[in-house]
Amino acid sequence: MINFEPLYLTLKLAGLTTAILYAIGLPAAWFLSQSRMRMKPLIEAVLALPLVLPPSVLGFYFLLAFSRQGWLGAAWETVFDHQLAFSFDGLVLGSVIFSLPFMVHPLQAGFNAVPRNLSEASYSLGKSKLETIAKVILPSMKSSLLTGGVLAFAHTVGEFGVVLMIGGSIEGKTKVASIAIYDLVESLDYQSAHIYAAILFAFSFTILLTVYLVNKKLDIR
Amino acid sequence: MIRLSVTKKLSGAEGPFDLSVDLSFSSESLVTLYGKSGSGKTTLLRILAGLEKPENGYIEVNDQVWFNSSAKINLPPQKRKVGLVFQDYALFPTMTIMENLQFAQGKKEQRKINDLLELTGLAELRERYPSTLSGGQQQRVALARAIIREPAILLLDEPLSALDQNTRTILQDEILKFHKRFGLTTILVSHDKQEVFKLSDSVAMIECGKITRQGTPLEVFLDRTTSNKFSFASTILSIRKVDCIYLAVIGAGNEIVEVVLSESDIETLRVGDEVLVASKAFNPIVVKL
Repeated sequence: MINFEPLYLTLKLAGLTTAILYAIGLPAAWFLSQSRMRMKPLIEAVLALPLVLPPSVLGFYFLLAFSRQGWLGAAWETVFDHQLAFSFDGLVLGSVIFSLPFMVHPLQAGFNAVPRNLSEASYSLGKSKLETIAKVILPSMKSSLLTGGVLAFAHTVGEFGVVLMIGGSIEGKTKVASIAIYDLVESLDYQSAHIYAAILFAFSFTILLTVYLVNKKLDIR
Repeated sequence: MIRLSVTKKLSGAEGPFDLSVDLSFSSESLVTLYGKSGSGKTTLLRILAGLEKPENGYIEVNDQVWFNSSAKINLPPQKRKVGLVFQDYALFPTMTIMENLQFAQGKKEQRKINDLLELTGLAELRERYPSTLSGGQQQRVALARAIIREPAILLLDEPLSALDQNTRTILQDEILKFHKRFGLTTILVSHDKQEVFKLSDSVAMIECGKITRQGTPLEVFLDRTTSNKFSFASTILSIRKVDCIYLAVIGAGNEIVEVVLSESDIETLRVGDEVLVASKAFNPIVVKL
């Protein structure tokens, strides 16, 4: 009988990560799309780092920071009373940072693509910035919102290097599907590996296909 | 009464220049800012709307201070009661025509929206999305959206320049209709002389950020030492009687000319008629450019 725990963990991790990334990514992308400050290229470069760095490099630094001796890991342990490295919380935190550019870039492009005179028209109609964003700007960039969410979700599902470094493949806690496949292949259990791999494959393909179909529909309107 | 005096540094195509404008006009008048693109007309409009901040000066609308650099007053766009109409309409694409108007209205008064929809002939399009409307229809919605909040000033930034001549003429009439019916104070940005002549009570001609001429359209546009001769397909813009003759103002292309008409001409000609104006050329004035 196949164990669904890793698949469930993968979905939980990706879902949580995406939700948190919306919360962080929307204000960050809005700020970047509006900002004309000199520090902006620096912030953008830092945000884009996870795109180019090998996951092992990020994972290594995360491991140092998340461990009991690391500043973040130590602080976390005093507040939440458990270790950050090798825990599910640690995986979520690592994934959020690792997938951040996949959320922020589409959203920033989306904000930039909404014509400026739409928000100016809204301001002149007496609407606050927040109301303008919620009712005028965000509805005008639905496809960017969808793309950002799906890319962040899919990228988290496909994560391997970082999760391996900071998660440590603990059954039921940090052993997500991608790690489970690696373990199964190492122990030569190709049949189970096939099942996991096929499920991930079909799942990812379905999501991406849906996104492209929906985006096509959004574009037509 | 609207009084403004503002200065701001602008960067134009031919280098930086200073926008420096003093302007005052009475409420319920229709004032046009006329000038070439890049002369600062749109910036002046944006300054009035609170979308751009001048470096110095003041803006007072009906005794309310909107901007005063020495008193450090600068009302945000939300607090200024302006109705803004853009050249490209700027309708909210994700809302229907009805929703666009409802969003614009502060407190909900569905009856007022319905009245305005009837008045603009948009009632049947109320459930449609902006992208499915023609340019003229979209601009009508934009106009209705700007008016529904009963603005202290209606600002029109080249509202008709993206439309064909026919639609343009119809919408010029509508702008005039709304302006009078709702007692609006309107500022129009335009570089079309005929449009300016037809719509405005007064014109301020802007060149390189300064007002170079100001007055009625007749005073501003007819103040010239030569007038065009030869023949032009034209439109009669106005006819008035002076002593025993009649003077007609006609628009030919982008030119405005005043011609003399006799009593017998008047019987067949009306304002708005398309006419051919010809002049024999035996005494032409030729000036080297």
